Amino acid sequence: MLIPILTMSIMGLLFGLGLAYASKIFRVDVDPKIDMVIHALPGANCGACGMAGCANLAEAIVGGKAEVTACAPGSQEVYDKIAGILGVGIKVKKKKIARVRCNGGKRSSDKYEYSGLKKCAGANLLAGGNKECRFGCLGFGDCVEICPFDAIHLNGNDIPVVDGSKCTGCGKCVGACPKKIIILGNADDKVYVKCLSHDKGAVVKSICPAGCIGCRICEKLSGGVFLVENNLSRADYSRAKPDTPWQAVIEKCPTKCIVKT
Amino acid sequence: MDLTMFLSIIIGAIFINNFILSKFLGLCSFIGISKETKPALYMGISVTFVTTCASIITWAIYNFILVPCHIEYLRTISFILVIASFVQFVEMVIKKFSRALYRTLGIYLPLITVNCAVFGVAVLNSEMFFKPGINMLTSFTLSALQGFCVGLGYILVMLFMSGIRERLELCDIPPSFKNAPIAFIIASLMSMAFMGFSGFRF
Repeated sequence: MLIPILTMSIMGLLFGLGLAYASKIFRVDVDPKIDMVIHALPGANCGACGMAGCANLAEAIVGGKAEVTACAPGSQEVYDKIAGILGVGIKVKKKKIARVRCNGGKRSSDKYEYSGLKKCAGANLLAGGNKECRFGCLGFGDCVEICPFDAIHLNGNDIPVVDGSKCTGCGKCVGACPKKIIILGNADDKVYVKCLSHDKGAVVKSICPAGCIGCRICEKLSGGVFLVENNLSRADYSRAKPDTPWQAVIEKCPTKCIVKT
Repeated sequence: MDLTMFLSIIIGAIFINNFILSKFLGLCSFIGISKETKPALYMGISVTFVTTCASIITWAIYNFILVPCHIEYLRTISFILVIASFVQFVEMVIKKFSRALYRTLGIYLPLITVNCAVFGVAVLNSEMFFKPGINMLTSFTLSALQGFCVGLGYILVMLFMSGIRERLELCDIPPSFKNAPIAFIIASLMSMAFMGFSGFRF
């Protein structure tokens, strides 16, 4: 009876002591600031910052790998708190808003009749969706479904419309869209190009009445703020001047694919 | 200790006696971490590492402590003791030396600590190889090999399951069957398919 008891106790004792000793040798010092930053963050673990959770973000912020303002749904108050903990100043973060870069929807023609699951991700698996335009919105509203703030709704044309007052710029819709139509743009931009098609003008005209045909009118009118590359107009906001004629550009665009934000 | 024996252990551990689908061990992690392929693969690699090491350690414990003291009946408790402390130790070492590896594998290690598959390998080894008739070197090699192959079988099934579940996300499943219920049904179908391997015994 004595031998089993002794052996087990000795084994347990040895392993226990070994682990205790090992934990001393292999101790990893955790910065107490990380804990404080975790408490300052909203703690929703929403993943909008691109990290797995608030704890990971806190670690990245303290390690200098992420900005103090990296928490997407966080308010100025949160940023101030974190900056206070780290003892650094912060740059005022520009508000981001989701921008839907397609205006075709029901108006653009179909390639085939899709009768599967009513989801963009599902339709996209079948030859890139049922739209003739391979860049365009499929219109099943995956972005509407995923939006945690109820800021996206489909309009009558099956094109998602972002409610600027509700959108926090978390970027969940950007990841949900299989066509990568949605981007995060600065909230104070005046206009943006609501098309993604790199097809030639003639092709675009034949399949969608609302696509950019690369006519370069915007380029001439704006004095180089808009650039047509690869048959698609793009706005370079860094070149915008106070007297850039935004209104004229919007009005003169023949397919009305440049829109007010 | 010839080639056929090695081969029968390899094929037996991976396919015929697959720990998840034929022996029904390690099911908690099988259902829990099979939603995406990448974590499933990492979990599989961690399990393979731990089963291989656990086979070796339990072989040593059994042959050098339990047998000389004539207390083979304490196998279960001593194996649990040694496996749990080993996994804890590995977790500490990884945390200290490789933060990147700890981030990918570290979260799974506590799950492996109490994983029945790891303990199952140790018990299976002791029943199959730790016998008076088999010499020490043979039993050591075969135990380590079996530990490793059980891990490979685990990876295989985890990859199957995670691949299927990734595609399931896009399917129109009745609401009451979503997530776990449909996973159980798929697991049972896969298990029946794997039972087909028992048909050709080596």
